[in-house]
Amino acid sequence: MDLKEKLISSFYAYEDHLQVTNQVHDVKVQAIKDFETLGFPKKKEEAWKYTSLNKLLKQDYNLFAQVEDALDYKEVKKYFIHEIDTYTIVFVDGVYASQLSSTTHDKIDACLMSSAMEKDKYAHLLEKYFNKIAPKSGLNALNTAFARQGAFINIPKNTVADKPIQIINFSTGKENNLMIQPRNLIVVGENAQVEIIERHQSLSENPVFTNSVTEIFVEKRGMLDFYKIQNDTHQASLIDNTFIEQMADTHCSVHTFSLGGALTRNNLEFYQKGEHSNSTLKGVTLIEGKQHVDHNTLVHHTQPNCESHQDYKGIYDEKSVGVFNGKVLVDKIAQKINAYQSNNNILAHDDATINSKPQLEIFADDVACSHGCTIGQLDEEALFYLKSRGIPAKEARALLTYAFANNVLESVKIGAIKKRINKLIANKLNVNLGFDL
Amino acid sequence: MNKFTEDDLREELKTKEYEYGFYTDIESDTFPVGLNEDVVRAISKKKEEPEWMTEWRLEAFRIWREMEEPEWANVKYEKPDFQNISYYSAPNKKPKYESLDEVDPELLDTFKKLGISLDEQKKLAGVAVDVVMDSVSVTTTFKKTLAEKGIIFCSMSEAIQDHPELVRKYIGTVVPKKDNFYAALNSAVFSDGSFCYIPKGVRCPMELSTYFRINQAGTGQFERTLVVADKGSYVSYLEGCTAPQRDENQLHAAVVELIALDDAEIKYSTVQNWYPGNAEGKGGVFNFVTKRGLCETNSKISWTQVETGSAVTWKYPSCVLKGDNSIGEFYSVAVTNNHQQADTGTKMIHLGKNTKSTIISKGISAGQSQNSYRGLVQISKRAENARNFSECDSLLMGNECGAHTFPYIETKNKSAQVEHEATTSKIGEDQIFYCNQRGIDTEKAIALIVNGFSKEVLNKLPMEFAVEAQKLLEISLEGSVG
Repeated sequence: MDLKEKLISSFYAYEDHLQVTNQVHDVKVQAIKDFETLGFPKKKEEAWKYTSLNKLLKQDYNLFAQVEDALDYKEVKKYFIHEIDTYTIVFVDGVYASQLSSTTHDKIDACLMSSAMEKDKYAHLLEKYFNKIAPKSGLNALNTAFARQGAFINIPKNTVADKPIQIINFSTGKENNLMIQPRNLIVVGENAQVEIIERHQSLSENPVFTNSVTEIFVEKRGMLDFYKIQNDTHQASLIDNTFIEQMADTHCSVHTFSLGGALTRNNLEFYQKGEHSNSTLKGVTLIEGKQHVDHNTLVHHTQPNCESHQDYKGIYDEKSVGVFNGKVLVDKIAQKINAYQSNNNILAHDDATINSKPQLEIFADDVACSHGCTIGQLDEEALFYLKSRGIPAKEARALLTYAFANNVLESVKIGAIKKRINKLIANKLNVNLGFDL
Repeated sequence: MNKFTEDDLREELKTKEYEYGFYTDIESDTFPVGLNEDVVRAISKKKEEPEWMTEWRLEAFRIWREMEEPEWANVKYEKPDFQNISYYSAPNKKPKYESLDEVDPELLDTFKKLGISLDEQKKLAGVAVDVVMDSVSVTTTFKKTLAEKGIIFCSMSEAIQDHPELVRKYIGTVVPKKDNFYAALNSAVFSDGSFCYIPKGVRCPMELSTYFRINQAGTGQFERTLVVADKGSYVSYLEGCTAPQRDENQLHAAVVELIALDDAEIKYSTVQNWYPGNAEGKGGVFNFVTKRGLCETNSKISWTQVETGSAVTWKYPSCVLKGDNSIGEFYSVAVTNNHQQADTGTKMIHLGKNTKSTIISKGISAGQSQNSYRGLVQISKRAENARNFSECDSLLMGNECGAHTFPYIETKNKSAQVEHEATTSKIGEDQIFYCNQRGIDTEKAIALIVNGFSKEVLNKLPMEFAVEAQKLLEISLEGSVG
């Protein structure tokens, strides 16, 4: 029985035991039907030209974690951004870990998807937002069908979340080969503001396959900053599907730091549905070994006077493969758009590969859209300059790598994250520069 | 604005249905519609081709039968019915007209605007050409000069008869039969085309052009061109012409193969102005062309194209940079107006060391047209120090057109340096205002700005061609703004 069949049959076996409102149930049954017809993406599909899931799908996965493992906070503390006070929503093997979490219903809701699905109080929110923007694709449908657990964040009108919110998914891999499908829903009301940090972390050497879907709705004048830290083991694979709908006068930014994982695919899609909205997509990818990172972005400008900025930097060592597939779509009525897309890559090894495809599809004439893409190496002369001033080769390379990635880090608003990323990069490059950049 | 009836002409061009009535008298050796092995055999027999050529065509046909029509291009059109096309029609020996007076005055007007000489006009419109006329004497001296240098420049059919060893050696080596749907179809049924061979170390003294050959009328539909530049030689080749080509064939599937051996250089320029359909997007030619060049060590292939015609264009002149130090270049201006659709670009495949490629693509869309750039830059693992620079700029005129960019960049070597940049914008109101202020009316100002925008590419065209192409741009965009 292949994975697809297994998924479908286990859906029917388990679904009836779940306690969800009828309306959510209907959505899920429809979703599994969609998955049945759509299936997993194939390499023949244009969006998956450079990323094959075959290896991932050949394995057998455990779909439902049996036991809730009690993790010791001390062991996993390092995976938290613990330097600052935050709300945390933690899942272990896809199951909520209450002892590691600190949720809230005070002013804002930062809680569990499952509880939101069960309570009538949130029914109207779910009806309005759940599964509304995720486009119909096999992976999204699969996630919807199995959506059991995840974070539910609701920032009501005129509220600024007092602390950032961390969403962390651990997988212990105590059961072999685990497949988890977190489903997050984030609603930022009018004039509301929130910062969110998301991380997927595997704690074992067993393969983990995460298919995560996050839907984010930002109402008028709302602000959202989303940070994704991807620094997983070489056995963990992640398909992250994030969809953001922006109304008028909103500012949304997503920073993705892809520093590890067997296969990481980021489907990040922005839909601008109101005028004067602003989207920022930034990413740093620094990988080696046989890792594979694929950024697949879409910014859909459907209204006039909007802006979008994309800036993705990648450094690829050894046999790693990097993919950037960015798309800017400007509708006919979306005049006065300012869209910028940039993808810079450094190949640090002869066996590394980079495939880049920055696309523009423009149907409006009064726009300023541009993109740039470069592939190159660290500047030998700059390296020589640093070395001639007594900086060892390794450190000199690290410094230049920092400088290369700095553009993305600069716009990170939470200092603790900046520091953490700098540390992670330093660890990866195996240097200690003795100062924080 | 100059007073001659451009506005009227534009109106006429917009509103007038394309007249198919050029000839009604179907000659007896036009094949019935449909395609099967017998038809392929019959085409081959008709052309008195040797056995190997027949087999080659049949093999291509068998491959084609298994293939599916590609759908990935960013164009929408009604697919042609391949069983409803006649695949062979003997070159039309009878002139269409006895004198220029019979030719559509609208066509002549356009000729005049392009500054095409009277004799050329006659030839292009299909008017009987008198033997003592200039173009013929040009052709004769032209052929003599070439023969002295040992350059072979003839039709593909002649080449198959007279130089079978060369044709057999090179045909299908750059664009294999199974390359794509249309290339396979072309391989099976190609009607004719041009063949050009430049011997070792010879620098071809003049621009070779399909334009000058007089024995070649009516072979457009499935054209096959093969240009071989032997070691150390140079040739500049022109294809097409700026004059509007009014062809009754809906589907054009040509194949062009260029082979530049060591130290050779080929410059291939195209100006394409097929019938684009009327203002509502009805009719028009589908242009599905496969063009590819192979570069050996130290050689260079340069593609320059100005695309203004066709209802649907699907064309990617490519370079396979196989030899070390080889250079590939692609310069393109694609203009689309009304309901035209163009999906064009290039592929630069870097295989050898120190290979370089440059891509400059300018897209101009007006009316309700869609203009896409689709390009691939591939740096293979062994291509040390490969270098690519790509620039694609799009200019949008009017708010109903679209400009799209689909660049694919694949790099497997760390020493590669690849740069790509693209911009999309419209003509700035301040630019137009600046011109207006200095007494240049809006239409002229736009022509000026468009010319400046395309200059990098137009500069690469041979001189006479460049002048015509410039005018062609103006005509193509007439009435698109303001």
